[in-house]
Amino acid sequence: MPLRLVPRTRPSRLAQYGAPVLALVFTVAFGFVLFLSIGRDPWAALHAYFVAPISSAFGLSELLLTALPLALIGLGLAIGFRANVWNIGAEGQLLLGAIGGGAVALALWGEGVPGTFVLVCLTGALAGMAWAAIPAFLKTRFNANEILTSLMLIYVADHLLSWLVHGALRNPQGFGFPESRLFSPEALMPILWPGTRLHIGWLLLPVAAVAIWFMSRHTLAGYRLRVSGLSPNAAAYAGFSQPQSVWISFLLTGALAGLVGAMEVAGPVGQLLPEISPGYGFAAIIVAFLGRLSPLGVVLAAHLLALILIGGENVQLLGVPIAVAQLFQGVLLVAVLASDVLVRYRIVRIGQLETDEAAA
Amino acid sequence: MTKRLTLAATALSLALGTGAMAQDEPLKIGFVYSSLIGDAGWTFMHDQGRLMLEEEFGDAIETAYVESIDGGADAERVIRQFVAQDFDLIFGTSFNHMNPMAKVAAQNPDIAFEHATGYTQADNLAIYHTRAYDSRYLVGMVAGAMGDSMGVVASYPIPEVLRGINAMTLGAREVNPDFTTKVVWISTWFDPGAERTAADAMLDQGVDVLAHFTDSPAVVQAAEDRGKFVVALGDMSQYGETAHLTALDYNWGPYYVERTRAVLDGTWETDNTWEGIAADLMTIAPFADSVPEDVREMVMVRKEEIRSGAFHPFQGPLVKQDGSIAVAEGEIPDDGMLLSMDFYVEGVEGSLP
Repeated sequence: MPLRLVPRTRPSRLAQYGAPVLALVFTVAFGFVLFLSIGRDPWAALHAYFVAPISSAFGLSELLLTALPLALIGLGLAIGFRANVWNIGAEGQLLLGAIGGGAVALALWGEGVPGTFVLVCLTGALAGMAWAAIPAFLKTRFNANEILTSLMLIYVADHLLSWLVHGALRNPQGFGFPESRLFSPEALMPILWPGTRLHIGWLLLPVAAVAIWFMSRHTLAGYRLRVSGLSPNAAAYAGFSQPQSVWISFLLTGALAGLVGAMEVAGPVGQLLPEISPGYGFAAIIVAFLGRLSPLGVVLAAHLLALILIGGENVQLLGVPIAVAQLFQGVLLVAVLASDVLVRYRIVRIGQLETDEAAA
Repeated sequence: MTKRLTLAATALSLALGTGAMAQDEPLKIGFVYSSLIGDAGWTFMHDQGRLMLEEEFGDAIETAYVESIDGGADAERVIRQFVAQDFDLIFGTSFNHMNPMAKVAAQNPDIAFEHATGYTQADNLAIYHTRAYDSRYLVGMVAGAMGDSMGVVASYPIPEVLRGINAMTLGAREVNPDFTTKVVWISTWFDPGAERTAADAMLDQGVDVLAHFTDSPAVVQAAEDRGKFVVALGDMSQYGETAHLTALDYNWGPYYVERTRAVLDGTWETDNTWEGIAADLMTIAPFADSVPEDVREMVMVRKEEIRSGAFHPFQGPLVKQDGSIAVAEGEIPDDGMLLSMDFYVEGVEGSLP
């Protein structure tokens, strides 16, 4: 029985807002059975997942701190994805931002220059942009597939970071361990919420979200990006340049990802390490789609993902194995994404479809 | 379903009930693991230590762990999570947990922190480490008896790993003077794919025995599949029935028991522990059937000499790769030199990254 997805002509408003809620209810019910079946108290586990992370100042600050990189990168990616520009290499652009920002922090190490962290962030954003410019150039000049080039540049960036922390940027007093010195205080992001790790970089999130919303809704550049995504032919007919949307998408995401990298090393990490990011650049791709490529949606999705990431650590303290924690996370994501698809599409049998069309 | 629910509810209320009735709250001990526990390897051996704690102290303690926490901003969050939930003693089991732990320890002077393999110590942050090179020397002797060359899948070129590579090479060359060692660095402690690729690359170059510093059984499986030998990190014999000659084995349990008892007794204080075979923190896994009797005897004799102090794996003359002398004949290197080791010994091929 062959099945097909057919777009709904008018997705119901109610379904659009109700579907994520329904997905959440389904996931919670599934989690209840799952945790019960491995002999854990399901209430305690669900509490650890969804309530504990936001019921204390510590938990809330960590949630905001973890969602920040996901949201910033997701905002940039959503712009590109709308324009059919597939930057899969945000992780690499993040790493370059960490390298660029970290190099500045180390060059000014112990110099006591006030406000070094600003320079760290700016350099990070520029380094991320420069890295993103490579796949953009290859795409516009040689029509090279940007999915492949941006993806492969992640591994180059990873090795570049590894080489630097093993060599030029290694802590001379670090017994040969592959990591840099701890940055001087003036290179670290000032703390926004005293007693937590949440730093002032968080203030950039609302700014970036509003700016990107404004750009995509109310500027010509944003309009061009959306049109070239919706209908490349129409965009070409209107004289919109495709290379331009490639450049804008890549440079914007590169800058945001680079900024995130710099803020990670100058924020919660405080030094350069061989492993900087637990995969924010990849998770942000999920965030972009989970947020239906809209700025508000991306910000919400980033916090949902951060919540289940932290919840996954919390339930381990209750003796829930990491595999079960990750299974639960996976089910949540699949449920949300699948319900989203079903709101916008309906499943029909091929035979049924033909009958429908004949009737119409 | 309803029945199970009732059961769970009963169990929960029982657990809560006894907790409230007990005179003292159990001591809460947290472990941060850098990789998955799995069924062999570095994290598995730490977890064996944790299980020994539960067996030893029963209801007097409660343990919890978080797996797969490696670098970045995650480690500090997990350590802070333990603190937020009133844990009394927290162990970080990987080098990457050191700086986050030092940061959190400075803000929580009443909690005891312990960090494995690092170098930063504080009033409430103890460091503990094993002289794994003792066991590396012994497994190297076995490798030297069973082959002429070794391929090492190595993680990061830090002193700990360099001591291990050098000790294995020295052990192998004691029984087989022409023995050579190749090294591939893969810049991770856990990546089965990369470990396997590196192992295969060295087998393609014709090495007889593999060794590894990484946490998965991939290298052992590679040796088994290709009919070669391996000396493993932790007993991984279930992954290589014929290939697995022996392994260096960490025995963290007694240390964890001692430190936990100190916290219970109120005598815990910061320390810097670096012990090996002499303190039974290190040992080696059982030999494969293929290891001849005379080799086993020779290795066991050396083991006892290391225990008694009659033999030191890095005793002079210790010759560097470039032919210069690192330790003169009749001398034993001090801990400072061992802790900052940054060279290959004679017999190791290639240059340091």
